[in-house]
Amino acid sequence: MSDQLTLDEVSVGDALPSLEIEVTPTTVVLGAIASRDWRPMHHDYKFATERNGVQDIFLNTPNQAAWFERFVTDWTGPTGRLGRMKFRMRDSIFPGDTMTFAATVTEVSTDDVGCGWASLEVTLTATSDARPEPRVCSTCSVRVAIPTNPNDNPWARRGDQWRP
Amino acid sequence: MAEENAAESLPSEVTDMVGVPLYHQTADFDVERGYTYNTCAATQNGNPIYWDEAVAEELTGGAIAPPTTISLWMRPHFWQPGAEGEQVALQVHFDLKRIFRLPEAVMTDNTITFHDPVRPGDRISNQQVLKSVSEPKTTKLGTGRFWVIDVEFHNQRDELVGVETYTGFGYVRGAA
Repeated sequence: MSDQLTLDEVSVGDALPSLEIEVTPTTVVLGAIASRDWRPMHHDYKFATERNGVQDIFLNTPNQAAWFERFVTDWTGPTGRLGRMKFRMRDSIFPGDTMTFAATVTEVSTDDVGCGWASLEVTLTATSDARPEPRVCSTCSVRVAIPTNPNDNPWARRGDQWRP
Repeated sequence: MAEENAAESLPSEVTDMVGVPLYHQTADFDVERGYTYNTCAATQNGNPIYWDEAVAEELTGGAIAPPTTISLWMRPHFWQPGAEGEQVALQVHFDLKRIFRLPEAVMTDNTITFHDPVRPGDRISNQQVLKSVSEPKTTKLGTGRFWVIDVEFHNQRDELVGVETYTGFGYVRGAA
C-alpha cells in the first residue's frame, strides 16, 4: 500500500486533520438505520422533543462510534487497525449542527510483541445557528495500531500477537 | 467511571444480576456486507478495505465489517413473527429501567475493545454482564442511577471479536 502512515511519522502532540460535517435529519436517520437502532429518538421528532425533552432527533451511540472510526482511519489509512475506543457523550448532536472532529496524539509506543500503537484524544464539538458557541458533545480516547514500517500490517496479528 | 457501586443498598433482584452472564444470544442473521455499505455511506467512510476487494484481500485476508459495527449484529429486528412488544438489544439496561421505575435512559459512556475482525458469513453471539449500579444521582436530565454493563461478542468459532462496556443513566425527568 502507498500513502500509508507508519509509526515513525507520528509524534506526541501531532494534530490530526480535522473533519467537519453538516448534520441533517438524514445524517441521523441513516446512522440509526445502518446500526439497526430502531429507537424512536433517532428518527421521530415528536418522540424526541415531547418524550425525551430534547430539541430534535439526535445521533445514536453506535453511529458516533462509526464516525470516530472513519475520522481516525482517514488519518491512518487502511492499515490502521482500531484496538480500543472509549467515548463519553456530554451533549447530543442534532440536525442543524456542524460537527467537527479534532484529535491530538497523546502517546506513541510499541508493545512487547512489536505492534505499533498511537493513542489519541478525539473531541467532537458542535455548533449551530441557534447555538453558535462550540459545545463539546463527545470526547473519545482511541488506541489504534499503526504499521511500524512499510512491510508491517497490524491486521495480520492474531491471538497473543494482538493486544488491544 | 466515577459512579461507585451501591451494591449494599440495591434490591436483591439487582444484586442477583451483578457479575452474572445473562441473555446469551446468537444473532438472527449472518454478518453481511450490506451493513458495511450502509455504515460507510452513513459516515462517508471511503476506507478502501470496505470498497476495494483487492485491498481487503491484501490487508485483511478478505472482506471484513467495520469494527465499530460490532454491536449491530445482535440488535433484533424491529418486528418478527411471534415476537411481542418492543424488541431490544441490551436487555439488562431495560431490566434496570423497569426495576428502578426509571422511564428514560441515555448512554453516557461506551468503551469498545476490538479483537478478531468480523467477516461476512460470521454468526455472532453475545452475553451481558451487569458490572455495577450507582446510588441515586441527579444530573441536568433528572434523577436516577448510573449502571455499567459489559457485552462480550464471539463468532461461531467462539473467537472473541469484541467487548463493549456501556454506562447507562436511567432517570426520571425533572426530578432534580
